[in-house]
Amino acid sequence: MKPFSFHRAASVADLPAGATIIAGGTNLLDLMKLEVMTPDALVDITRLSLDRIEPAADGLRIGALVRNSDLAADAVIRRDYPVLTRALLAGASGQLRNMATTGGNLMQRTRCPYFYDRRMACNKREPGTGCAAIGGITRNHAILGTSDHCIATYPGDMAVALRALDAEVEIDGPAPRRVPLADFHRLPGDTPHVETVLKPGEIITAVVLPAPVGGQQRYRKVRDRASYAFALVSVAAVIRVQDGRIAHAALAFGGVAAKPWRDPDAERLLIGQQPSDALFQSAADTVLRLARSQGDNGFKIPLLRRTLIATLRDATGMEAAA
Amino acid sequence: MDITLDLNGTSHRLDVDPRTTLLDALRHDLGLTGTKKGCDHGQCGACTVLMDGRRINSCLTLACMAEGKEITTIEGIGTPDQLSPLQQQFLDHDGFQCGYCTPGQICSATAMLEEIAAGWPSHASGSLEGPFDLSHAEIAERMSGNLCRCAAYSNIVAAIRQAAKADALHKDAA
Repeated sequence: MKPFSFHRAASVADLPAGATIIAGGTNLLDLMKLEVMTPDALVDITRLSLDRIEPAADGLRIGALVRNSDLAADAVIRRDYPVLTRALLAGASGQLRNMATTGGNLMQRTRCPYFYDRRMACNKREPGTGCAAIGGITRNHAILGTSDHCIATYPGDMAVALRALDAEVEIDGPAPRRVPLADFHRLPGDTPHVETVLKPGEIITAVVLPAPVGGQQRYRKVRDRASYAFALVSVAAVIRVQDGRIAHAALAFGGVAAKPWRDPDAERLLIGQQPSDALFQSAADTVLRLARSQGDNGFKIPLLRRTLIATLRDATGMEAAA
Repeated sequence: MDITLDLNGTSHRLDVDPRTTLLDALRHDLGLTGTKKGCDHGQCGACTVLMDGRRINSCLTLACMAEGKEITTIEGIGTPDQLSPLQQQFLDHDGFQCGYCTPGQICSATAMLEEIAAGWPSHASGSLEGPFDLSHAEIAERMSGNLCRCAAYSNIVAAIRQAAKADALHKDAA
């Protein structure tokens, strides 16, 4: 690890300029050991009072320092937002969930092996050096929203569920603001090193959930082993069927893009319709209309299709999940 | 930098480089080598300790960030003369081969049983509401952060189930 100075934050308003924020540290310290990230200064925010889950206008405010394990076990989250509990429990290990925080989870970096390997060209790690993943081993890479500069995925599960729940990110800084999670992560374009809309001097203070919409909530994750592995693809679904027709459909996808992916066209296509395989096929066609294989990851296209259809069948009661 | 660690019930003053992980502070600065370094990247669980009663990877925690927390290592869980119930069950069920992952397994399982008692669901739970059983699937999922390269898993699961069963009997009797 490169040397750094260590600071403890006294308040959100008083963060040392230029310091990298550390909370759970589960991803940052890993990357610092590999010298993929080499901050000159760290500021520990874990003693700030940002660890509460509390009612907000019509919804719920989750402090940025709420640990993944506490969030997953929270009684209100389990009852009203079960897709979030399911997504959290599908990620990492018991030990890591005890450390990882809500804000930090949104800030975690890709697990692209070329980003992790400092001998490899990577526009995310060193802008302008190129992308060794393109044309390389691409089994874990994105099929949607890629660019000629980067094909990395956002690796997390929690944010995929938050995306299906229309969460917003509360940000403090010179100009406090709230950003829909939909706009928080950025697609790579020609600046893959800029992963979020967070600006220097800003900090995530909370994630805000709107009022619960009820319905059937599912998080279906497909991975190489049954536990403790990142998603190859995942689907978060919040589906409400009323009088035999789909009244609400929110679908978010993990493991396929640089951000939790969502497709309003596919959701519009489902609303007002009776659940059927033909309907779900066309929803999958819509989601995947712009999907592009990099070679090794071509399997993700049929895998996402099948996972989406299985999730929709399950959530609409067409049949128990296989 | 000067820090104070609250470790197994005793305070220790240390002068550490900010880069020092809790794992390295335990092993190198304090000579407590029960906690093991496996991957040093949070993937294997050999370094698992308890922080304020919760299991964490000590390799991914800076020592200076552990100040003010109650740290419990395997040395604080039990001693050769006074084994914890889980340690005894690991012996009885032969829940190891080389033993390198064992301190992490036992620290992890100790906290995992508390998590079940507190009503925390897992990925393997059919319902999120509980109570949660100690099926093989539940234990395997909840212990997935602890790898055993000797693959003593079946005996590890048996040891944990037996310890939990004995604990439940003990509680029923009380």
